[in-house]
Amino acid sequence: MDFFNDHKKLFTAAVVLFSILMIFVAIFPAIENQTNNASLPDSQPLTDDEMAGKLIYISEGCVGCHSQQVRNVDMDKTWGSRPNIAADYAGITRTSFLQNTATLMGTERTGPDLTNIGVRQPSLDWHLLHLFNPRAVVQQSIMPAHPWLFDFKEKPNDGDIIVNVPAEFLQGKTGKVVASERVLQLVTYLQSLKQVKLPGGTPNPEFLYKKEKKAAEDGAGEAEDLDGAALYAANCQSCHQQNGEGLKGAFPPLKGSKIVLDENPEIMLSIIMQGYNAREEYGVMPAVGTNNKLIPEEITAIMNHERTSWGNTGRKVTTDEIKKLMEALKKPAQ
Amino acid sequence: MKKHIFNKTKWSIAALLLLSINSVFAQSSTSSALFESHDIGLFLLVLLVLLPIVGFFIYTGLSIKKKSTQLIQQKFSSQSIKAEKYLTDLDFEQVRALLGKKNNETHSLKSSGLLTVILLFISQFSFGQSDVLPATRESLMTQPGVLITLVLLFIPLLVGFILLVTKLNAMLTKMRTKNLMQEAETLAEMLDNGEVMQDYTELERREKALSYNLNNDELSGKEAPSDEKGLLKNVKSEHDMNFFAQKTKPMPRPKIDPNLTKLILAFIGSAIFWLVLGTSIGEYVGIKFIAPDADSLSWLSFGRLRPVHTNLVFWGWASLGMLGLGYYVVPMVGNGPLASLKMGWYSLFFINLSHILGTISLMAGVNNGGGEYREYIWPIMSLFAAGLVLSMINYLKTVALRKTKEIYISNWYITSAVIFLPIIAVVSYLPFWQNGIGETILQGFYMHQAVGLWFMFFCLGLLYYFLPQQLNKPIFSYSLGVLAFWTQILFYTLIGTHHFVFSSLPWWLQTVAIVGSVGMLIPVTSGTINFLMTFKGSWNKVSNSYSLPFFVVGVIYYFTGSFQGTAEAFRSTNLIWHFTDFTIAHSHITMYGIITFIIFAGIYAIVPRLTGQEPPQLMVGAHFWFALIGLQFYTIPLMIGGTFKGLSWAEGKPFIDSVVLMAPYWLWRAIGGSMMWISHLILAYNFYKMMFATKELDVKEEAFKILQQKVNLSQN
Repeated sequence: MDFFNDHKKLFTAAVVLFSILMIFVAIFPAIENQTNNASLPDSQPLTDDEMAGKLIYISEGCVGCHSQQVRNVDMDKTWGSRPNIAADYAGITRTSFLQNTATLMGTERTGPDLTNIGVRQPSLDWHLLHLFNPRAVVQQSIMPAHPWLFDFKEKPNDGDIIVNVPAEFLQGKTGKVVASERVLQLVTYLQSLKQVKLPGGTPNPEFLYKKEKKAAEDGAGEAEDLDGAALYAANCQSCHQQNGEGLKGAFPPLKGSKIVLDENPEIMLSIIMQGYNAREEYGVMPAVGTNNKLIPEEITAIMNHERTSWGNTGRKVTTDEIKKLMEALKKPAQ
Repeated sequence: MKKHIFNKTKWSIAALLLLSINSVFAQSSTSSALFESHDIGLFLLVLLVLLPIVGFFIYTGLSIKKKSTQLIQQKFSSQSIKAEKYLTDLDFEQVRALLGKKNNETHSLKSSGLLTVILLFISQFSFGQSDVLPATRESLMTQPGVLITLVLLFIPLLVGFILLVTKLNAMLTKMRTKNLMQEAETLAEMLDNGEVMQDYTELERREKALSYNLNNDELSGKEAPSDEKGLLKNVKSEHDMNFFAQKTKPMPRPKIDPNLTKLILAFIGSAIFWLVLGTSIGEYVGIKFIAPDADSLSWLSFGRLRPVHTNLVFWGWASLGMLGLGYYVVPMVGNGPLASLKMGWYSLFFINLSHILGTISLMAGVNNGGGEYREYIWPIMSLFAAGLVLSMINYLKTVALRKTKEIYISNWYITSAVIFLPIIAVVSYLPFWQNGIGETILQGFYMHQAVGLWFMFFCLGLLYYFLPQQLNKPIFSYSLGVLAFWTQILFYTLIGTHHFVFSSLPWWLQTVAIVGSVGMLIPVTSGTINFLMTFKGSWNKVSNSYSLPFFVVGVIYYFTGSFQGTAEAFRSTNLIWHFTDFTIAHSHITMYGIITFIIFAGIYAIVPRLTGQEPPQLMVGAHFWFALIGLQFYTIPLMIGGTFKGLSWAEGKPFIDSVVLMAPYWLWRAIGGSMMWISHLILAYNFYKMMFATKELDVKEEAFKILQQKVNLSQN
């Protein structure tokens, strides 16, 4: 055919076909989405420090392992309270003259999703130690250490934030580990990563592919059915450690803790639900229970795990007891 | 005894058949539980794929069984050869020879116990296979995509197995010939002894009867045969038992411009350099999964090195390798010259420069943002694009300068690919549509078009040239190639968003991508059929060529890798596999199994022709097997581990569990990766040998040189 023997016609045809399709699946949807989506009313633009932190996040290639998207499938519930929508990303524009827009949605989850990390793990102390060497807080972690974001100082100045790094992770270096401005910015950015509420009563999009709930065989045994160890691993372990001994100078032990072993679970529950910052030698405890939206059954399972593991011999609490205490906790807050 | 063995064979056939039937039924009985009724079609598909495999196993089992039985039979009967059987069938010469000899000597026979052991093992083996088959089907997975992937995973293994069995089969045949030879010797000796001969009168009568004969040269004449058309080449004068076939030297091709040769070699040399560097980094990054505290330097941290690895192997190795081969193919299929050598050199310079700068900037922590393969910042990427545009103009002009009327299909693919990639890069780097989710839509488009309309498209073009050239026959169907060309553009352009299924991207766009992914079955199937049918009837050439095995692997992975891509795009499979290491396995199956293997093949096909120097054959074999086996160790554990990871997430287990469970699979990945990396060092060595190694003196060439010198001298 003449058409196929004329290189001008042939390649023009191929390019035209390709371009039409490209406009249809890439350019047109992209333009439509960037013009028709706006940031949610509750969302805050990044502060200068947070933006500087984001640049470090980009520069260190964190997106290679950490996604920032909660998909609308049931298994992603761990990472956020609702699936992400286009509006969540609408406020993100070109990073700089040299760098493209970075929604940082990612395509791999070698590490956890960070969409909601500001809610899930707000502790500065934890993040600093974790960034210095992740294995100091999570033994099995394979995340790279980032010691170049820290300074070693023999005599820290006033106002320097000192990170209590266990000796085995210092790799023979001496002096105090001091958080640099860069790492503080990075942590500020991580702390700013929070899912924003949808405006005025808009229902959250649904999570699809729900796990089929096994019908509870008997209602009373519900709390026991929940795996306290797994819930502990997901919510508490990164600070208090698997052996319940915490980390010296950073996170207090639960093993043998008076609060944990107390006959009356009220203080323990209030710390889980509201956080705690009373002791100089340890980092601040975030309000894990409230942040992670734990239900009374889950809290009961976690508390019972903590009260009866690692040689602890505390009394087991019941779901009803915890429910009542939780309601009591809510009242003064209102 | 003979009957007994025969019966045994019969029983074994029956057993094999029963087993296969059994397993087929086993599947159909479980199918109702595994699939809902709407999945019947899929079940049939799986069955269709498996049936020929079962058939093949039965056939090989039988043929090996038959041969081994024959061999065993020979062994047992060799001590009491049925001399009568042979004596009744003697020809004249034999009769006369027999009559003429009457000497007595004793002899002994060697027995080959080892052989029996091997044969027994092989016959065991042929049963073993039928046991293995149901294991694939017993899988608890209920997802169609998982099943398809399992079948696909099975295909390269099966082909490897077929190769092995074929070789064993050939070896058995040779052994049998050898045994027959021994038998003949025994018979000769027995005849020599005269121990079977009592009555010679019958023989003498037979001699007379047989002595009446035609001259046998009434039709053929008395002249010795001669090869006047020069059809015989590479005639072997030595015959021995080679497990590895002797490779034939490539047929001499028309000499190409030595300056073009330099350009092509510079492209390929740069590509190999980036391959070695890029995969050394990849290897190191892979090791960091097992030893995260291997170093604590910011420039060598995982987050920064990962994009260095991907960019170097993508834009450094594969792109330069393809362009280099393209500089050979594009002028060649048009029968014309290359438009501009200078432009080619500039193109190479810009691309290499972009990688030097790009690597440094990525390691220093300067990158473009979150997009995979889009990590170079725009000033560096524009150097790369400039290099590409130069090659694009060059190719287009070369096509315009062609001497043939039609544009050969290779140039459709190759030239379109170099036109598409700059468009893709420019559209994906322009800032006008990158705000918010627009960035992600462009990212999906970019990363997948680069794969499908650049790497895959270009490599298909190379295949359409190299396969026919290496097999010395035309491509099976030109029309299928044309069909694949248009359908690949049509469907591939649509599928980018399948990297973001369930994300905040528009649902309709995700659906379009999934539909496009299924549509890809059309070009992939037609391409595979085309290549395999081109191979048909020439499979024997594979074993004595050193480039064809690479092409075979490339074609097989083209089929399995692409089908796997489709299987992964479904929403149901995305649930398990998205975000896991399965994706990494898939990208290595495609970028390595398809693209890299085709470039390897192309290098071994043309470089010896360009330089006139062969790579060491043993090292080419080592390269091939290290790369292929390494790829298996790399991809299969990651797919298994990735599946477990996804299931662990789906069950809602703590995230760290999924990290812990991956550890052994990451170890296997590092082992496979090391093998692949070693194969690249071998390639570099082979390339060096093809470029600079001292050439072994060609006696004929030297003789003629001396002759020529003498002539010159005498003329002076």
